[in-house]
Amino acid sequence: MAFPERANAHELIKGLWITFKSMFEKPVTIQYPEVKRPVKARFRGRHVLNRYENGLEKCIGCALCAAACPANAIFVEASENTDDERYAPGERYASTYEINLLRCIYCGFCEDSCPTEAITLEDNYELSFDSRFGAIYTKERLLVPVPENGKPTPQAVQPGIFTRSVPVMADPVD
Amino acid sequence: MEPALIIEWIIKSVIILLIGVIGTFYGTLFERKVLARIQVRIGPNRAGPAGIFQPVADGIKLIFKEELIPAQADKLMFILAPIITVLPALIIWAVIPWGSQIVIAGREIKLYLADVNIGVLYLTAVASIAVYGIVIAGWSSNNKYALLGGLRSSAQMVSYELALGLSLIGPIMLTGSMSLVDIVEAQSKVWYVIPQFVAFIIFIITGLAEINRSPFDMPEAEQELTAGYHAEYSGMKYALFMMAEYIKMIVISAIAATLFLGGYRLPFIDIPAFLEPLVFFIKILILLYSIVWVRATFPRFRYDRLMAFGWKILLPLSLANVFVTAIILVLKG
Repeated sequence: MAFPERANAHELIKGLWITFKSMFEKPVTIQYPEVKRPVKARFRGRHVLNRYENGLEKCIGCALCAAACPANAIFVEASENTDDERYAPGERYASTYEINLLRCIYCGFCEDSCPTEAITLEDNYELSFDSRFGAIYTKERLLVPVPENGKPTPQAVQPGIFTRSVPVMADPVD
Repeated sequence: MEPALIIEWIIKSVIILLIGVIGTFYGTLFERKVLARIQVRIGPNRAGPAGIFQPVADGIKLIFKEELIPAQADKLMFILAPIITVLPALIIWAVIPWGSQIVIAGREIKLYLADVNIGVLYLTAVASIAVYGIVIAGWSSNNKYALLGGLRSSAQMVSYELALGLSLIGPIMLTGSMSLVDIVEAQSKVWYVIPQFVAFIIFIITGLAEINRSPFDMPEAEQELTAGYHAEYSGMKYALFMMAEYIKMIVISAIAATLFLGGYRLPFIDIPAFLEPLVFFIKILILLYSIVWVRATFPRFRYDRLMAFGWKILLPLSLANVFVTAIILVLKG
């Protein structure tokens, strides 16, 4: 008789024993809202706009990120810096910077294309919006807080210090 | 009939109904917890400490769900089906003894609703009614999946009920009585699981098939039939089907405990009567655990194999068991 072809009592008991043993293993569950699993070093989460240690914004409004973006999620509008109202080193800064996170595909091309490492994809993955407008992250929401020793932008600075747009940078380590 | 007796019966009936409802509630939680542990998860733990209010939350959610009746459905039958499914599952409890008798305020109270002298027959008869609910649900939904689920269910029950009934004959022959109380009392020395081991295994297998539990959950096979006979049900009507399923799980465990595992008795030691329901409860819990354990372990049977297994293996095996038991009984005199 064809039934049961391969199953026999021994196999059935073996299966039961395996499931019984697994009852006493430590659960693999991570209790999410309370416990968060650390993200990997190269994880691409929500973007941030970084600042220098003195508080100036790294973004110089070159819009290379917007050009690199395959999803057309980034909109940049640049304005002129003056020494009385200085946002970023060099000539220009981003007066408007918006990322539509509903369009963003988190490819990280913006990060790659940025000449000043101003935009980086960080480890925040808890993104939820209650409206389409809420999904558009403006410059205020993207900028990191002012560092401890820095001053908020715009800053009034001595003329002739911040003439270089792109800083001298070391090769990336990660 | 004295009024006190009627009050006593009403109280017992209410207790039985409460056991049914609370048993359903906590049966779901128990199953989810055990399944989760077997799958190396934690299981529901959000509603209340260790998730003890999860069934309440589920119940409230189901109450507020929309009661949908398909436009082409047979309305009367559609509404009746869950009731027909749940009622037999509840009234089976009437004959199952959960203790011998206790004395409260000078009055001897027997810890069972009715000691019918055809108790086992009553069990099988009432258990078979439940299939009508399922078939009617499948038919009245006017949905091909539901209909297939209902048909599968009836075919499966017809096939497995024979072996189920025959597996009950072993304990009946050993006791010489169909009363469940007599059967429990007869097991004071040795549980029938030892002399009737084959019958016990057959009872567990056919019992699983009878209550449509995995690996015999063909009528509600999610992958093939979406949900089978209750595909069109929502809200409280769906809750009634779930309730019937869990009550039947508990009932099958209770019957197995009564007929094969000594019911409310422990072997060799006499326990005080008020502890007997507790002993019975623990036995039911162990059997419930095994039902969930089996569900977590074995995949679903293929339908033709299910039929072949029922007719070609279980039925001859149970017949042989009855035959051998009878011969031994005759030889022993």
